[in-house]
Amino acid sequence: MSLLHLLTLSPFLLAALLPLLGKAVPRLHKGWFAAALSALVFATLLRYLGDIRDGSPIIKSFDWIPSLGISFTVYLDGLSLLFALMITGMGVLVALYSIAYMNAAKESLTRFYVFLLVFMGAMLGLVVSDNLLTLYGFWELTSITSFLLIGYKNEKHRSRYGALKSLLITVAGGLGLLSGFILLYVMSGTYRIRELFEAGAPLMSHPLFLPAMILILFGAFTKSAQYPFHIWLPDAMEAPTPVSAYLHSATMVKAGLYLVARMSPIFSGTSEWFWIVSLGGLITLLYGSVAAIKQTDLKGILAYSTISQLGLIMSLLGLSSLSGIFDGEEQILYAAAGTAAIFHLLNHAVFKGALFMAAGIVDHETGTRDIRKLGGIAQVMPITFTLSLFGAFSMAGLPPFGGFISKEMFLESVIEPLHAGVFGLSTWAALFPIVAWIASVFTFVYSVLFVYRTFLGPRKKPLKNKQIHEAPLLMVIPPVLLAIMALVLGFFPGLVAYSLIRPATEAMIPAVTASGERLPMDLKLWHGLTPALWMTIGVIVVGILLALTAKRWTKVYNFIPRRVSINRAYDISLRFFEHITVRVTSLYMNGSSRSYVKYILGFMLLVLGLILFNSNDVTFRVGAYATIAPYEWVILIGLAAGALAVPFAKSRPVAIILTGTVGYLMVLMFVFLRAPDLALTQMVVESISVTLYLLCFYHLPKLRTERQAVRFRLPNFLVALAVGVLMTLVALTVLGTNPFEPVSDYYVRESYESAGGKNIVNVILVDFRGFDTMLEIMVLGVAAIGIFNMIKLRRKATDVGSRHVSHEGDESEDIAAHFRKAQYEHDGPTTVKAPKEPWIHCVSDLNHDDEENPEDELSDEFEDSESNDSRKKGGDSDA
Amino acid sequence: MPKGSDIFLQNISKVVVFIILAFALYLFFTGHGSPGGGFIAGLMSAGALLLLALAFDIDTVRKVIPFDFKLITAIGLLIALCTGTGALFFGEPFLKHAFGYFQLPLLGKTELHTALIFDLGVYLAVVGVTMTILLTIGEDN
Repeated sequence: MSLLHLLTLSPFLLAALLPLLGKAVPRLHKGWFAAALSALVFATLLRYLGDIRDGSPIIKSFDWIPSLGISFTVYLDGLSLLFALMITGMGVLVALYSIAYMNAAKESLTRFYVFLLVFMGAMLGLVVSDNLLTLYGFWELTSITSFLLIGYKNEKHRSRYGALKSLLITVAGGLGLLSGFILLYVMSGTYRIRELFEAGAPLMSHPLFLPAMILILFGAFTKSAQYPFHIWLPDAMEAPTPVSAYLHSATMVKAGLYLVARMSPIFSGTSEWFWIVSLGGLITLLYGSVAAIKQTDLKGILAYSTISQLGLIMSLLGLSSLSGIFDGEEQILYAAAGTAAIFHLLNHAVFKGALFMAAGIVDHETGTRDIRKLGGIAQVMPITFTLSLFGAFSMAGLPPFGGFISKEMFLESVIEPLHAGVFGLSTWAALFPIVAWIASVFTFVYSVLFVYRTFLGPRKKPLKNKQIHEAPLLMVIPPVLLAIMALVLGFFPGLVAYSLIRPATEAMIPAVTASGERLPMDLKLWHGLTPALWMTIGVIVVGILLALTAKRWTKVYNFIPRRVSINRAYDISLRFFEHITVRVTSLYMNGSSRSYVKYILGFMLLVLGLILFNSNDVTFRVGAYATIAPYEWVILIGLAAGALAVPFAKSRPVAIILTGTVGYLMVLMFVFLRAPDLALTQMVVESISVTLYLLCFYHLPKLRTERQAVRFRLPNFLVALAVGVLMTLVALTVLGTNPFEPVSDYYVRESYESAGGKNIVNVILVDFRGFDTMLEIMVLGVAAIGIFNMIKLRRKATDVGSRHVSHEGDESEDIAAHFRKAQYEHDGPTTVKAPKEPWIHCVSDLNHDDEENPEDELSDEFEDSESNDSRKKGGDSDA
Repeated sequence: MPKGSDIFLQNISKVVVFIILAFALYLFFTGHGSPGGGFIAGLMSAGALLLLALAFDIDTVRKVIPFDFKLITAIGLLIALCTGTGALFFGEPFLKHAFGYFQLPLLGKTELHTALIFDLGVYLAVVGVTMTILLTIGEDN
């Protein structure tokens, strides 16, 4: 455990302690804890800046599962440090902002900050992990925390819908990622990223190389909301605004970019990687910027803008991979795309963070985020207006903001492939500057419209007479800091160029430092009259024209067919799977415990039977057993008689006491066989379980006398018989079969020597296999809580519609009637209908359109009539 | 659970409960050397409490032992987890135990073992779980 490990895990620690801390100082807003921790981690991380700037990464290892080669190795290089600083730096600002944004008087925010802290820890772990499996674990944890945060207002249908969508898409990508990592392991024999870098050429010629690449890119594209997996991001805007600013613009969605950058040294230099990454990014860039203009929700605009900007960075990462096939001058030239990607990554976090927070302020003060209702509030909110202006200008790529520099570098980078002449670029390279330019125009337009329609122009009717004022100071400070930073990055890019950007780019393209030289940095506002500058001027001119005429040409969007879209495909496939799942599950989950027992025993028969009869080591040593003493015969007969009598018992207590008799006779048997500890345990367990049974059955109705004769059921009979035979065979073979060296010798030898105990059983329980015991008692704890919840918190019978058998008589009689019915009348999967289980409610809930849809039309295609239809269908399937 | 009214059972269990609890305590401490241990001691303690509940009623048990058994389960789990984690601070793998022989007043040479702390966790968890289940089901109407 090193300081770096501690830093990475500290958010988890605070998340665990937060509920207690919250109780200790109830009047302090819990956001302060999160802010303080992020600031602490941020400050501590700054200590490493010197080492990283000099190009010496820090590596600290901590074995986790050494036998599987899984270690929690922290590797801090330029790329990791940049991300870690972004995560914690934005963490401080977002936490401060959330203190003013989230109202502690209305709700306990423990849950919110616990999720936020866990996310922060997961994100930190993700960027510092050197081991692919650890990285994957943190990757999924970010998806899960994102799910929890999007669904924070879980009483709202749109929140649940957005949360589920993001979870399904990012976790599907995560599974792809895991498969890709496993393929990498198959190819190279290591999970360590550093070792994979050294594997080099043999890896590239491996037949699994391409599948691994595609699977990993699938993970990265879903996470970074690349087309066509972007559909979850607009719906994720249901999260509270601090979350959107933090997860869905600054950090989590950049995890995909991080992964692509991280994996670049392995995959770059291949044409597939180049084309998928750069083209995927380019399409996303164009799509996002075009779609953003249509949005009417402030956060919707920002969501599509984020998609577009992520695409921009993704395409830059793709372009920078060209440096993998060149060397010397040209390599440096293409590596400049990498520098641009890293710099824009930082710029985007800064200006998008400011814009999200500004959108949150507008929402907080005016009560709406609908751009059609807003306008003319610049006079009353001058600070918010100014910082939005800064952010939007940086986003549009206007001087003198940081975004201008990285946008210029981007435009230069897309021109560069015109001269590359590889990967079929001689034909297609013209695509890059054209698409990039068009997308830049649209980016300019929506940036301008974002500010203009929100703050300028006349006040619209709904807000005309409303008293609007500037947000509280704490809410304004974080975005103001970000806006100032956007300006500082424009005037003084050298502040970060050598300390952060260069080490990060070098970590992404290690080949450039192979000769011992450092990557040249050329970040400045004025580059002379380059083609890129002319392109920017063109963007501004055309952009202003388009922005002025926006009202006229945006009608074009109405012609986009809404019935054919990715969102629709997602909804339909979800309903389809839900339908199938419900049908398949209700095939075997029929509510009759008798069937369940049959499945369990049948499966046991299959597995155990196959092993028993297919293994060659099984021998029967009949006759080699000890003789049975007369008193043992007595017990044995008693045992058999007790067991046989159970099915014929007329009442439940008698049946229970009969099973108890069998248990107590076993105790006696253990005593005779000189196993005092077994006898002791069996006796106590038997006493308690008999009492428990009696307690349980005390509440059940009396056994019903069967009017008709019990039908003979062949399957049940066969299963019962086969299990009996099988168990007898197992018992007979146990002594004769010994395929392995018995482990007991080891325990006998070692339990006193190395564990200091004479009771081997207990030493095994608490020491040798202590881990098992710990998990077992945890399972016990979970079971106890489960039973407690089931009984104490269960719904009344009247709450569960389909359980309500009749309206007469009392409720317990109804339930009892239901169970009687299930147990005695219909013993078969076809006739017994399971009561509608709560989980089916949950899933079906997807189709439940119980709230008014926001006017976000591109992302939202629910139509009331349709969802009603599907709800009906869903109901039919489980009725 | 039916209200207990058996005077014999009530009077006997008043004594027997303590004998069982004492025996459970003995089983707990002797666990490392001879038959016993946290699990069986936990079950036996729960059995004693159960006898109390059967002889009197659950309200009596609640009055005599005014703990939330869910909390006891949690404390037990926490103790077990902390014993395991403790080893990490000495650079040892998770759940590595240490033991030694000490000269204690009254008891003489005694073996002290971190496994016993872990066992205490097991004991509390088992008591907590068993009693939670029994009381929950028993109180249900």
